[in-house]
Amino acid sequence: MARTVWDSTVGKKTVMAVSGLVMLLYLVAHMIGNLKIYFGAEEFNRYAHWLRTLGEPIMHYEWTLWLVRVVLVVAVVAHAVSAYQLSRRDIKARPSKYVHKKARASYATRTMRWGGIILGLFIVWHILDLTTGTVHTGGFEAGKPYQNVVDTFSTWYGNVIYLVAMLALGLHIRHGFWSAAQTLGAGSRTRDRALKTVANVLALLLTAGFIAVPVGVMTGVVS
Amino acid sequence: MKLTLRVWRQKNAGADGAMSTYEVDGISPDMSFLEMLDTLNEELILKGEDPVAFDHDCREGICGACSLVINGDAHGPERTTTCQLHMRSFSDGDTIDIEPWRASAFPVVKDLVVDRSSFDRIIQAGGYVSVPTGAAPEAHATPVPKPDADFAFEHAECIGCGACVAACPNGAAMLFTSAKINHLNVLPQGAPERETRVLDMVAQMDEEGFGGCTLAGECATACPKGIPLMSITSMNKEWLRATRKVAKR
Repeated sequence: MARTVWDSTVGKKTVMAVSGLVMLLYLVAHMIGNLKIYFGAEEFNRYAHWLRTLGEPIMHYEWTLWLVRVVLVVAVVAHAVSAYQLSRRDIKARPSKYVHKKARASYATRTMRWGGIILGLFIVWHILDLTTGTVHTGGFEAGKPYQNVVDTFSTWYGNVIYLVAMLALGLHIRHGFWSAAQTLGAGSRTRDRALKTVANVLALLLTAGFIAVPVGVMTGVVS
Repeated sequence: MKLTLRVWRQKNAGADGAMSTYEVDGISPDMSFLEMLDTLNEELILKGEDPVAFDHDCREGICGACSLVINGDAHGPERTTTCQLHMRSFSDGDTIDIEPWRASAFPVVKDLVVDRSSFDRIIQAGGYVSVPTGAAPEAHATPVPKPDADFAFEHAECIGCGACVAACPNGAAMLFTSAKINHLNVLPQGAPERETRVLDMVAQMDEEGFGGCTLAGECATACPKGIPLMSITSMNKEWLRATRKVAKR
């Protein structure tokens, strides 16, 4: 069965849909957690520490966190590899372009590939910046995420990278969520309007929620 | 009407093609698009030039033979087949670009004619019902609920012209394949082969080198028969169901 799924374009789209939904679920939790930054350094840092003790006593310190990380890495890799293979196939299936060109599909649909690449690069930067601190400016300190976030969004490029990525995320979810529903066969004529609305609301809420953090730092509400 | 036509000319499958410009005059707005091309070809023949090759057959919008991308739209600006497109959709003095369907699974044979036998092979993979031959069975012997009959008919309208592939940015044949699968899979006559049909036809579709679906929706916009984009959703559902069922066997 795994072979059938992976060898088929419809199957690979299913892999993309499921991995996309897993990441989307994580993003909702991540976004809500981020907003705690508005309640001060203590609450935000305590929340970050709680993420490490999540699931205790059955789980050891950081076990749950690592479990989530593993699931996410699997989801990202599955999503990206399927997207790469499907895109290569799509480009090969239409080798010669039309001479008479027309504006096609919606902006969100046309930017799925580039948006995906931007998001992939963003994730790498984001982890090196705020998880490992490798590319962090202003003295990264583990266990002090509040100050680390403020440091990142005190640089112009930190803000630019983040804002561009979050706009890409919104567009990606707008087309991606609805598409995932179609790929999984959950769409129908009666449900279409509801699915499109949920996709737009999710895209808007996640983008606005994530952008609220750098905006908070930029306006001085978070410092 | 006087028109400037820019037509894709390609001697054969192996040759390089290019757009050639022609002027046609005396076109009536009541002519069909294909009659306009006939006029051009008559002139070309009189001049001793090679006429433009294009596919056509019934000329009443039901056979699916005609296949032209007109000004970037499969079957042109109206939601119909090229043969049912009339010159009144254009204005005097217009420049019209005419190109063949573009997809690696639809190689150009000559000028505007493409080889669509990849569609035939998708049908051969499962677009049929296996029934014993003999006299037609009594129509009421197999009751079909009205909503199912309507659903089947909506998809049975597909004439297999390939406009969906031509319009798709990925050269995907999802809408065609889904129309053919849904048409038979919803009916009791199609039930015995329900799983193998969807699995085999999707596998053949991939085998032919068509692209995948990114749900851009161009196919359903171009379809002269109004096959809905949701047809693809229904096929995906059937495919996932069949994959689970066959794995259990």
